[in-house]
Amino acid sequence: MSKFSGLGGRLYRGETSVNFIGNRRRWYGLSGFFVLLSIGALAIQGLSLGIEFKGGSSFTVNTSSPSVAQAREAVQEAGITSGAIVQLVGDDKVRVQTEALDAAENNALQDALAAKFSVSAANIDTQIIGPSWGKEITRKALYGLFGFLLVVMIYLAMALEPKMAISAIVAVIHDVFITVGIYALVGFDVTPATIIGFLTILGYSLYDTVVVFDRVRDNTKSITSTSTKTYSQAVNLAVNQTIVRSANTSIVAILPVAAILFVGAGLLGAGTLKDLSLALFIGLIVGTYSSIFIAPAVLTQLREKEPALQALTKRVEARTPAASSSASTGSPAAAVNGRGPRNQPKRKGRK
Amino acid sequence: MSTTTKPTKTSSRPGRSLAILGLILISMVGLVFLQDSKSLQLGLDLRGGTSVTLQPRIAPGEEGSVTSDAIDQAVSIIRQRVDSLGVVESEVTAQGSGTNRQIVISVPGDTGRRVVDLVGQTAELRFRQVLASGSGIPAAADAEATPAAGVSAEVNAKFAALDCTKPENLQGTSSDLPSDVLVTCDRAGGSKYILAPAEVLGRQISSASAGLDTQAGSAWFVSLEFDNEGTSAFGALTSRVTSLPEPTNQVAIVLDGLVVSAPRITEAIPSGNAQITGSFTQLEAQDLANVLKYGALPLAFDRGEVQQVSPTLGADQLNAGVLAAGLGMLLVIIFTLLYYRALGFVTVASLGVAAIMLYALILLMGQWIGFTLTLAGIAGAITAIGVTADSFIVYFERVKDEMREGRSLRTAAETGWIRARRTILIADFVSIIAAVLLYIFSVGGVRGFAFTLGLTTLIDLIIIFLFTKPALVLVSRSKFFNSGHPLSGFSPKSLGLAVAKEA
Repeated sequence: MSKFSGLGGRLYRGETSVNFIGNRRRWYGLSGFFVLLSIGALAIQGLSLGIEFKGGSSFTVNTSSPSVAQAREAVQEAGITSGAIVQLVGDDKVRVQTEALDAAENNALQDALAAKFSVSAANIDTQIIGPSWGKEITRKALYGLFGFLLVVMIYLAMALEPKMAISAIVAVIHDVFITVGIYALVGFDVTPATIIGFLTILGYSLYDTVVVFDRVRDNTKSITSTSTKTYSQAVNLAVNQTIVRSANTSIVAILPVAAILFVGAGLLGAGTLKDLSLALFIGLIVGTYSSIFIAPAVLTQLREKEPALQALTKRVEARTPAASSSASTGSPAAAVNGRGPRNQPKRKGRK
Repeated sequence: MSTTTKPTKTSSRPGRSLAILGLILISMVGLVFLQDSKSLQLGLDLRGGTSVTLQPRIAPGEEGSVTSDAIDQAVSIIRQRVDSLGVVESEVTAQGSGTNRQIVISVPGDTGRRVVDLVGQTAELRFRQVLASGSGIPAAADAEATPAAGVSAEVNAKFAALDCTKPENLQGTSSDLPSDVLVTCDRAGGSKYILAPAEVLGRQISSASAGLDTQAGSAWFVSLEFDNEGTSAFGALTSRVTSLPEPTNQVAIVLDGLVVSAPRITEAIPSGNAQITGSFTQLEAQDLANVLKYGALPLAFDRGEVQQVSPTLGADQLNAGVLAAGLGMLLVIIFTLLYYRALGFVTVASLGVAAIMLYALILLMGQWIGFTLTLAGIAGAITAIGVTADSFIVYFERVKDEMREGRSLRTAAETGWIRARRTILIADFVSIIAAVLLYIFSVGGVRGFAFTLGLTTLIDLIIIFLFTKPALVLVSRSKFFNSGHPLSGFSPKSLGLAVAKEA
């Protein structure tokens, strides 16, 4: 632990520096690969949607002696001809899932199951989803998504910088894409709880990115007047300075989610808790990655095109040829060289 | 920006902040006891019960689009139907916004099947001539009385026996066939009626509105207008009944099988423009106008989702939720203690205060706005442990940064705060935006999640301002934390300062 903390100090002063920004092509490549993979998986396999999206009925009978055969008989007795999926859940439940049925059929099936296993109808967990329901909630989720992205973009543009807002949103879209891609690839069930998870990831991913960007803003406040660092060097330092924080906040965020996942998947089997926490778990990891590797890189790319910052890069290069060449290779030695002057402008900026 | 304030000025009154927090906590707990809201309102997924989500749609064969008024009416119709079941704690709410709302019905216990059967039917508005009326209690005298014209003895017996004080008779929906004679109550259960077959239908209304007649002593009235078909039907009905004796000169407005109003017809109305006057309050007049407007466009109710949770599953889910919350909290505590050592206790205490506050708020919200804690809500609260702990980390790491710049812990606790505060505010605000939008755009479980997530983010802000920051300032004055003791979390080694000297 203390070793790790020591690393925090070195990262802060720039003695140890990982070149996140200089190597951005590498991270773009990696992300690009995953995004393409996600699109491929979505196109070829698609998402495996839960009955909430397709419409259908699910009956779970709580009984001490669950039996697939008996449940199948009940399905036949209720006159359900379309295919029904019958499976055991744990050792005291049997679940029957059917396509969308009408009210009478649903009642008939519930009664048949209740009679077969001699339990009261109230002891059967039932979920009946109308065929158009999925469209409705999907539409709502999409409204929520776009509304959120828009409001957050405006807010971040005001609270931070417009280009930071754009980069943050790019990173968020990246996260959602990859998370959805993983769902398509592995074939996890997508339920409304999963959607909640996806939407929450947006908030989290942004939270991390905001922490990094706030630091970037500090570091670059008086950057053009001092001419000691290029914009990308300043951003890189900010990412290095906040990386311990990002790692810690992510660990702290992932721990409770892992607890829900463990309890939800382990004790309850399928259900709200598992679906929600799985989406969060995957999303958090992707979100942490993007707030370190993608968002600052996109920001740098957007900002460095500005004439004032291009002029700055030229001035810095002219002044310290050694430092500029090291910026692209990312050697720690060069970073130590730049330590003295590097800390100077920051203090000035604060007062 | 915020750096213009001198650090020495903001420094300082940790005692006062803590006192304010103490006051807030005490008043919250006090409210909990005063309002006697000590029991947790659990959602149906945690205690068993049925929830039905209905999507209002234009009834088959009708044209037009769903209006916000029509949904309001639909909600009140469904509420009337569900209340008639007489199940305590059953709830009917509209979720979402504008015309894009769903109706969510929650019924605890095992009445699920009845609710599901009850709520799916289309509600219609009809005009029927009153054949007989009476107060809402069964009366032997009515049974002996000679049946009014067009009323069979059988119907009359049914009328006599009808008890409008019983909830099941205020259910509506009952065999309300337009071509049949109808025996029914009014919505409030105060009177009962025998009604002739329907002659004018709700869809024949083209518009309805409430108005104020300033000349006749500020009386509220409702005016309505019929389409061509409705004009002739209503004209025929009114000209026939206007000269008849009481109560047969009344025309009942029947919505969903129950009488909303039964105005007396004072003249034949062949023009298709009618006014209903009476001693209406503004509210009553508007309500009636809305009923009539709804009639113009009856809605059908699609069952979007029906979920019945057995008490067994409910208990399982509750246990799992509580276990996950405990486990999540424990993991975070272990991590912060390992990483931040003694400083971790500030975090642990902050999380503790946050938990108490959240619990008190959930109890109070249950009392005030009927907030029920669902499984998704618990998940939201657990997820928020992360958000809450995040703010501490942002602050502590910032303080460490300041110390790396050579500041003492005492100064760093203040200067670091100024920087961290802004980051925390921006980040928490983003979380709140997420929670609010999730809440607005979603139905059912998602809302519970968004609600607790938003609530805990707000609590996080209160805690970090009124507890964590003052607590750290207090701690920064103590000898132990200033000594750079390895367990304090601020040792030179953990800051990486010792390493720097060697290098």
